[in-house]
Amino acid sequence: MQRTISFTLNGKPARVTVDDQRTLLWVLRGDFGLTSVKFGCGAALCGACTVIVEKAAVRSCATPIKDVAGKRVLTIEGLSQDRELHPIQDAFLKRHAFQCGFCTPGMILSAYALLLKTPRPARAEIIRHMDDNLCRCGSHVRIVEAIQEAAGSMKGGAR
Amino acid sequence: MSPENPTRREVLGLAGSGLFVIFPAQTPRPGYPADFNAYLRIDADGRVTCLVGKVELGQGSKTALAQLLAEELDVALESVDMVMGDTDVCPWDGGTHGSLSIRQFGPVLRGAAAEARAVLLELAAERLGAPVGRLQVKAGVVTDSQAAGQRVTYAQLVQGKRIERHLEKTPLKAVAGYTVVGQSPRRKDALDKVTGRAKYAGDMAVPGTLHARILRPPAHGATLKDADTTAAEKVAGVRVVKDGDMVAVLHERRDVADQVLDLIKARFDRPRPGQDDKTIFDHLLKAAPEGRVVDQSGDIVQGAQASENLVEKTYLNSYVAHAAMETHSATAMIEGGKVTVWVGTQSPFGVQQQVAQALGFTPQNVRVVTPYVGGGFGGKSAARQAIEAARLAKLTGKPVQVVWDRAEEFFYDTFRPAAVVTIVSGLTRAGKISVWDYKVYCAGDRECKQFYDIPHQRTVSAGGWSGASTPGLHPFGIGPWRAPSVNTNTFARESHIDILANKAGVDPVEFRLGHLSDKRVRRVLEAAAKQFDWKPAPTPSRRGVGVACAIYLGTYVATMAEVTVDKSTGRVEVKRVVCAQDQDVTVSPDGSRQQMESSITMGLGYALTEEVRFKDGEVLERNFDTYRIPRFSWLPKIETVLIENPETPASGCGEPPIVTMGAVVANAIFDAVGARMFQLPMTPARILEALKRG
Ligand code: FES
Ligand code: FES
Repeated sequence: MQRTISFTLNGKPARVTVDDQRTLLWVLRGDFGLTSVKFGCGAALCGACTVIVEKAAVRSCATPIKDVAGKRVLTIEGLSQDRELHPIQDAFLKRHAFQCGFCTPGMILSAYALLLKTPRPARAEIIRHMDDNLCRCGSHVRIVEAIQEAAGSMKGGAR
Repeated sequence: MSPENPTRREVLGLAGSGLFVIFPAQTPRPGYPADFNAYLRIDADGRVTCLVGKVELGQGSKTALAQLLAEELDVALESVDMVMGDTDVCPWDGGTHGSLSIRQFGPVLRGAAAEARAVLLELAAERLGAPVGRLQVKAGVVTDSQAAGQRVTYAQLVQGKRIERHLEKTPLKAVAGYTVVGQSPRRKDALDKVTGRAKYAGDMAVPGTLHARILRPPAHGATLKDADTTAAEKVAGVRVVKDGDMVAVLHERRDVADQVLDLIKARFDRPRPGQDDKTIFDHLLKAAPEGRVVDQSGDIVQGAQASENLVEKTYLNSYVAHAAMETHSATAMIEGGKVTVWVGTQSPFGVQQQVAQALGFTPQNVRVVTPYVGGGFGGKSAARQAIEAARLAKLTGKPVQVVWDRAEEFFYDTFRPAAVVTIVSGLTRAGKISVWDYKVYCAGDRECKQFYDIPHQRTVSAGGWSGASTPGLHPFGIGPWRAPSVNTNTFARESHIDILANKAGVDPVEFRLGHLSDKRVRRVLEAAAKQFDWKPAPTPSRRGVGVACAIYLGTYVATMAEVTVDKSTGRVEVKRVVCAQDQDVTVSPDGSRQQMESSITMGLGYALTEEVRFKDGEVLERNFDTYRIPRFSWLPKIETVLIENPETPASGCGEPPIVTMGAVVANAIFDAVGARMFQLPMTPARILEALKRG
């Protein structure tokens, strides 16, 4: 059904009039030009399209736009405040927790949701939480280290 | 035009000043200038631009190449800009394949930088009135060692001048004097990638772009009979294109195009060639081209006679997908008779040719721009999607984007070929390998040669990993996959060596060392054993430890692993991996370690789960639910040991450890439970079967 959906996108009010069954992924990429939200599988199997809705990591490829009406949506474009890198981004950067970088926005946002909920995760918790985010380049070792480092530098004060 | 890419005019700045070094082609090709391959330009503002046809696939070559350049030129790494993989501004290149960027291209780049430095020093000598021998350079500033305060910058030296030089044989810096190479700087792509600003081919936002979805056959070999597009045509804003065998729907929103594609009712003629993922191995043995002797010494018959008894085994591996996280993507735009295609490819100049041919354009009227590539591993050499986007742009008169979905990605992937290896070997009474008769079918001959000391041996290879080799051999496309042929050859060789060690009743490390005069293999093996704290024992020791060695294009690796095997489910968990690698000059130690970790992690996939199932030309893998790639929860404890050889030039090292992963896990499984695995991947079902076999 064609409908106007209002939500908060990266801290700013957003409105779009679309078929409300369209997926958040393609509305963000196509209608809002937010190309950091990646298409990897289209079936909630890889995590490349991860965004934050309210405080949870969500697969935007499996989320109809109507589900975010009235909610706060965060993509990686909105993560770095005042152009300063978020501590998770900083840790990914310093540890080179990426190679091709295609999975990286989804990884960072998944990690962000984890640290919101569990500011001091044990290694096993990191692995459990991140397990559905795939990385073909094999950057896993560095990603786990980066999340641990970010958790340390945020001193439990996730934002 | 993409704001990120300059035009040729801007780069060569016809009116601009600067120093240009043109260096010779690596692989000359007809129709391309024979005398140069890449440009190095030093600007009047002191920035150094390097233009290369290579691309950044994720392995960090953008940074490593910049490091080599900065080193030889004595400039700060930050002042180097790399422009990569743009056919309009970068001279011809044969493609970015695996570990080869640094190996092949490093020496040329260093030569060019040394040439530029020599020219600049001559200019500086003139300017400062001092002989070249007295001059020193640091971060692009030339000083006179005997006259304090006398200084001039590279930028000042090229100001208002236009200097063009062809590469000559200028001496290179000695490794001992390196200050940039050997450091681990921040990668040049880091900020783009952690902020989400990195643009891939599907992120190019050209105004007015239509997103295309193309009707695909259900199986390889199927041909379209008819397609009813009536329903699709009724959807507002949709364009339906039928051109020859191509039926496509286009819309300005990708997800709308997805839905409209489903409205097409199509019928296909579908032959039933009869091959599937189980019958394929017999087919390959029958249909493989004739073998070629790759290496031979001694006399096989005599070697067999010297053996107590012969051990004859066959090793199999399935087709494996590249499965990069970014699916094949391209955006094409035609303007003024010239097409620009942004495409994630390992081979921009190859794509330029293909697109030119498909559109009937001259190559000069095709510009291929390579933005960031979301993983290649050999799978992004073929660029069917670029041709599709270009054709559709021509047919519709609009910019067109083609981004394959995951099923298309599996369907058109050029898989690592399924392969068979047979080995006949034997031990003398004294427990020495007396004979080795090795034949590899359809994997290719790279590194199939034996490096253990065996008096009588022969290595034969029948069929390679290039898709074009024998038509009809494979039911779909095949091609290079990270370290082509070497994964297959190492799995077979190192498994078989382990079997012989077991027959000899000797610890597998000791057994290997007893057959190794190659110093570099010995060195990595000893280094790995030390780090792993390997305790010698004959297999199966029930500890679940294994070892495998390999040589890959001049890099030496030894890997040790510890696994647990659940005998009731057949599930394997890899607990710990130690890998020692002996390589040439290391450009970035951190980069090398990262590549090692990554290829160990990726290698777990082909070892344990990755296998393309198919039947009658239909690829049964469509997404990551059935095609399982390594995940966080698989992660072993990984330890890497780097051994450097400063006397040899840098070679880059994206891949070597991956080649040992099949064998090291197989050998550790045998050590754990006494079951020998002869087929990759080693799925729980195959492990249960092997346990039953005993
Ligand atoms: S694209 Fe959404 S999970 Fe893969
Ligand atoms: S860095 Fe390439 S997929 Fe993760």
